[in-house]
Amino acid sequence: MNAPKKAVTIYVPRDSTAISLGADDVAAAISAEAARIGLDIKLVRNSSRGMFWLEPLVEVATDAGRMGYGPVQPEDVASLFAAGLIHSGSHPLSLDLVEEIPYLKNQERLTFARAGITDPVSLADYRAHDGYKGLTNALAMEPAAIIAAVTDSGLRGRGGAAFPAGIKWKTVAGAEGAQKYIVCNGDEGDSGTFADRMVCEGDPFVLIEGMTIAGVAVGATRGTIYLRCEYPYGERALNEAIKAAYAANWLGANIQGSGKHFDLEVRMGAGAYICGEETALLESLEGKRGMVRFKPPLPAIKGLFGCPTVINNVITLASVPIILDKGSEHYKNFGVDRSRGTLPVQLAGNIKRGGLVEKAFGVSLRDLLYSFGGGSLSGRPIRTVQVGGPLGAYIPDSQFDLPLDYEAYAKLNNMVGHGGITVFDDTVDMAEQARFSMEFCATESCGKCTPCRIGSTRGMEVIDRLVAGDQPVKQEALLRDLCDTMLAGSLCALGGMAPFPVLSALNHFPEDFRRAG
Amino acid sequence: MATSTFERRSPPIKLAELSSLSAADSAAINAVLARLKDLPGALLPILHGVQDALGYVPKDAVPIIAKSLNLSRAEVHGVISFYHWYRTEKPGEHVLHLCRAEACQAVGGRALEAHVKTTLGIDFHQTTADGRYTLEPAYCLGNCAVGPSLMIDGALKGRVTADRFDRLTGVTA
Repeated sequence: MNAPKKAVTIYVPRDSTAISLGADDVAAAISAEAARIGLDIKLVRNSSRGMFWLEPLVEVATDAGRMGYGPVQPEDVASLFAAGLIHSGSHPLSLDLVEEIPYLKNQERLTFARAGITDPVSLADYRAHDGYKGLTNALAMEPAAIIAAVTDSGLRGRGGAAFPAGIKWKTVAGAEGAQKYIVCNGDEGDSGTFADRMVCEGDPFVLIEGMTIAGVAVGATRGTIYLRCEYPYGERALNEAIKAAYAANWLGANIQGSGKHFDLEVRMGAGAYICGEETALLESLEGKRGMVRFKPPLPAIKGLFGCPTVINNVITLASVPIILDKGSEHYKNFGVDRSRGTLPVQLAGNIKRGGLVEKAFGVSLRDLLYSFGGGSLSGRPIRTVQVGGPLGAYIPDSQFDLPLDYEAYAKLNNMVGHGGITVFDDTVDMAEQARFSMEFCATESCGKCTPCRIGSTRGMEVIDRLVAGDQPVKQEALLRDLCDTMLAGSLCALGGMAPFPVLSALNHFPEDFRRAG
Repeated sequence: MATSTFERRSPPIKLAELSSLSAADSAAINAVLARLKDLPGALLPILHGVQDALGYVPKDAVPIIAKSLNLSRAEVHGVISFYHWYRTEKPGEHVLHLCRAEACQAVGGRALEAHVKTTLGIDFHQTTADGRYTLEPAYCLGNCAVGPSLMIDGALKGRVTADRFDRLTGVTA
């Protein structure tokens, strides 16, 4: 057999989850081994497919498609080459064609169309995979038509509040102001979520493109991505991509000769969960403590530095390019009822096949947990899942068949939120989890309103007494009363939703609170 | 008399002498200010710049930053103390951010937390006696499918068991 003269392309992800499992060492080992055996290779640091149980996932380009091997450790590299890695040779870690893996094949990837395929910071790669088609279309449209397309697509805020994106944009477009801003909320603080991180690290151009489209649509010339400081890998990828976009005139003045101007920068948060709340985020960007603002005025009218501001989550903005590329009908055809399009679901915690599953709305938790996730990592029964981050309810098995849909979830006091699903097996102590929700709220409260600031600390104390069996009936009534005050009286979602995990734990798993009794 | 009245008089007070900042630290702070002070909403980027350069935001940096941004010292202090990321004490050689959030709890995060604290002999926000490690809590490192997670000087580590922690740090109890 004649070896091809052309250098073979090998992919090793630069996603931080892959790196956390050794991808950098694997990449170095591949380069070293190829040099040792005198093989000409082209090593590409791609983004992750989001199949994290297979990371580090090494892919090799072949005529048949990309062949996968994983999870690969540096010590496997020599044997992979020996087994004929570059000719799709068989090896215990061989996964065959990556795109045929059911986990990936059964998804509907719109926002994450390029995940794992491209080199995240290569503009040429981005353009070769439909990048900047949406903005090119938008530049030829009237701003009102761009907003209409976003409205018609049914896209709602993916940060958790699910407010229709087009309506927000229309408000900003109609607001008076010499300067308008596009702010991207990349303060992805919810445990169990990593979709924003994957976009920032794995496809930064799609976010840049989405923000530019928003700027053109509402007449904003400045944009800021507020990224949490726990995401240093995302910061580096975004800054590299922004630099490349400026160099190619996809940012800056007179973008591609259109006469439109859009400047973009990245600002880092500083470890405050509350800054994921949009008005606290704006305060933070202004250089202040992240204290929640009273609404009204809405940020769309008086936002950053008092100017009209579009503030959207990373996934919301990253979903805009495909809507402008393929049309609002295409996007709208996915989903159910008022939840249109797709949701990037993140399977996290005690799950065998954790990762990113982008599916049209309407999929059930059971399907996600068992068909995709393969059950718990520990092999024990799944007792509960927390959906929507630390402010989301703990959902029992009896509700696993509920379709993933904003309204269906809200009806049961559950929350789809940012699409994070954290799985717990039957060793979980729900009283401990309920106490943690209150503790977390106390740690992260901005302190502006009393129900959140004081209520969270009192909540911890009441749960401690309840669990200790100190007048449990009285304590439970007090806890429910306190939760009611927080739900109804808090200024923002932190204090206003922290009772959801507490109450759901208490309602669905009361036995965990009565151990002392 | 051995000392003259002239010699006994206190020297004039100079601000620089009251500050605990070394000349190098002052220069680093001033370089950050020169680079960033004209940004809109410059305070957070400046504090990041100072912490990146020195490892922390020294208390004596506060008046310098305040003056440069025309803010009160209370305002600058208020921002530093609001955000968990900023620290006002010099950290150890390595900073560990250990995730405490739910996804890591679901795969043994609480047990790992106990192991880390016992092994290092410190609690959160503290530095080991030998000055090697500072331990900080993180509420999610975005590595939720492969927890428990730990960040060592900005490098993310997943599936951190007690054994792996010991190997990564080379510390044993």
